[in-house]
Amino acid sequence: MSLAAHPLRKYTRPHVKKTTTCPGCGNGVVAQAILWAIDELNREEGLTMDDFVFVSGIGCSAWIPSPLFAADTLHTTHGRPIAFATGVKLGLPQQKVLVASGDGDLAAIGGNHLIHAARRNIDLTVVMVNNGIYGMTGGQTAPTTPRGLHTITSPYGTMEPEFNVAAMVAAAGAPYVARWTTYHPRQLKRAIKKGIQKQGFAFIEAISQCPVQYGRVSKLGRATAILEHFKNSSVKLAKAKDMSEAELAGKITVGEFCDRQAPELASQWSALRDALGKEQG
Amino acid sequence: MKAAARLKPGTHFIEGNLALAEGAIAAGCRFMAGYPITPASEIPNRLSQLLPTVGGVFLQTEDEIAAVCSAIGASWAGLKAMTATSGPGISLMQENIGLAASTETPLVIVDVMRFGPSTGVPSVGLAGDVVQVARGSHGDYQIIALCPESPQEMYDHMIRAFNLAERFRCPVFVLPDGFIGHMREQVVIPPDQEIELAQRKIAASGTTPLERQDFLDPEVAPMPVFGRGLQAHVTSSCHNSQGMRNLTDPEVMHTYATMPMQKILRKRDQIVEVAADYAPGDLVIVAYGTVARSARAAAQTARAQGLAVGTLCLKTLWPFPDQEVAAAAQQARAVLVLENNTGQMLPYIKAEAATHCPVQFLGPRLLGQIQEPAAVLARVKEMLS
Repeated sequence: MSLAAHPLRKYTRPHVKKTTTCPGCGNGVVAQAILWAIDELNREEGLTMDDFVFVSGIGCSAWIPSPLFAADTLHTTHGRPIAFATGVKLGLPQQKVLVASGDGDLAAIGGNHLIHAARRNIDLTVVMVNNGIYGMTGGQTAPTTPRGLHTITSPYGTMEPEFNVAAMVAAAGAPYVARWTTYHPRQLKRAIKKGIQKQGFAFIEAISQCPVQYGRVSKLGRATAILEHFKNSSVKLAKAKDMSEAELAGKITVGEFCDRQAPELASQWSALRDALGKEQG
Repeated sequence: MKAAARLKPGTHFIEGNLALAEGAIAAGCRFMAGYPITPASEIPNRLSQLLPTVGGVFLQTEDEIAAVCSAIGASWAGLKAMTATSGPGISLMQENIGLAASTETPLVIVDVMRFGPSTGVPSVGLAGDVVQVARGSHGDYQIIALCPESPQEMYDHMIRAFNLAERFRCPVFVLPDGFIGHMREQVVIPPDQEIELAQRKIAASGTTPLERQDFLDPEVAPMPVFGRGLQAHVTSSCHNSQGMRNLTDPEVMHTYATMPMQKILRKRDQIVEVAADYAPGDLVIVAYGTVARSARAAAQTARAQGLAVGTLCLKTLWPFPDQEVAAAAQQARAVLVLENNTGQMLPYIKAEAATHCPVQFLGPRLLGQIQEPAAVLARVKEMLS
């Protein structure tokens, strides 16, 4: 008798049999969205896990690729995965380099690297898992926490407005930016796939549920209740542009913020080397 | 397109920072990331011209944190990688210098040291970072640090630094102060074929991490460089010899912290270099970097006047030349420590020397001004009288 294997199990390290995520966490949906995207690219373009380097920072979602994914994985310091990934990509321009990390990692401590990677348009795919809170350290306010929420470090309610990270990255020059929630796994997979195919900096924001920390302080509670909230609050960008600021309060705008072409850094370096008649390395 | 050209083999009269950039290319450096900072900026300026002409990449980053991180990333991509900065940049890099040490990443970091603390005086050289490069990141770790005292050594030490980084899979610092960085002097550049270059060992293809020892080998594990289907697992968290995270086993924690230190310390005899010029009974001046020049000049004058004075110039600051300092002190009448700071290495030198002979310290009379040989000689005579 054989046990049926998960169709994505072939993309994970055989000896890794459990993850570090809490029950109800959205990390599993995001991990699957990444691997399903790669699975499609495997069938359509012949890409394999050997074509990828996965880079992550510090936080719950930084453990999506490391140690799970059966590929080169680089788990780094807090906030810096994009900086590490930039060096990896410039050194191995033929590899697909994908960063998976959280909102605290990429938009707070690592915010400077995020906007500059978007500006220089280096060919990375960045999947930012946004749960609106610091999960691993116990539920502190993040730059993505909605204003007014009472958290363990905002016991009287947060006074600061939250970042609109996808819009910021699009404004900084990224050619591909999309936002979906874990209620939208197929759209999320399609956006990640498009991001991997895009020659340039691709940023996919995955609004995700943290029932343990965010669910508690927001009083939304269980994972299913937060997913219900994502379902009810999500507004497609096309519809949102005809809505007033008041109508959009508390809503999650989803869809593609931009999809354009722009000169990419690693390929410009290849072109310069060609012009000088030099092979890399 | 007009491409820049490397300096031809032969004798040149050039600035220290430019000699260092030529040395980096000769050493096989193919990636540099940096952020502009005085007194190190001539290094990225020059390498941004040269690197594309040898198939390399130069990246100007948004800050020094990104500089060191992207250099580490490029090293895992298989390139010989470096960054160059000054004290404030090193302060920013410290967390990820610890990552490079713990993930056993070959990396060269140039610190053209300047007058601090804080913003201080950017254009004035001071050996202000000699301890922070070894002890500035959190936790226990071991790096290698070389200390040039001339533009020629700026060139030579870069080749040695890359070779040591490749061989020991660790961060290697080159530590001139701003005076050496901006000093113009004769530099002899050898033909490439006369330069011996080391290359890192790379893990066997067709294997996975569980079939290998990628980390924590006292003899230095072959590196599972990215992009070769090796499924390398690299983490800054505590990990075992396969690179897998382990935060529960005390044996793994101990090995994770100590083995990357031991792989360097056990081979210290192959790393530590000093220039010893003393006889038994001498007063020995111990110095490094810029002021090693003052030490030699003072000793030369003293000897011409019939005084028994020698020198011990430290070319390697880390691993600390403990045996060499102790050996000198055992034979010496006294030791005079000369530093271009307020005595950062003095406690380490004292720990080896003070049980054998009297030890005195001489810093610059005015911090930021180089010790004049005459002032050194005056102190020597005072100690001998």
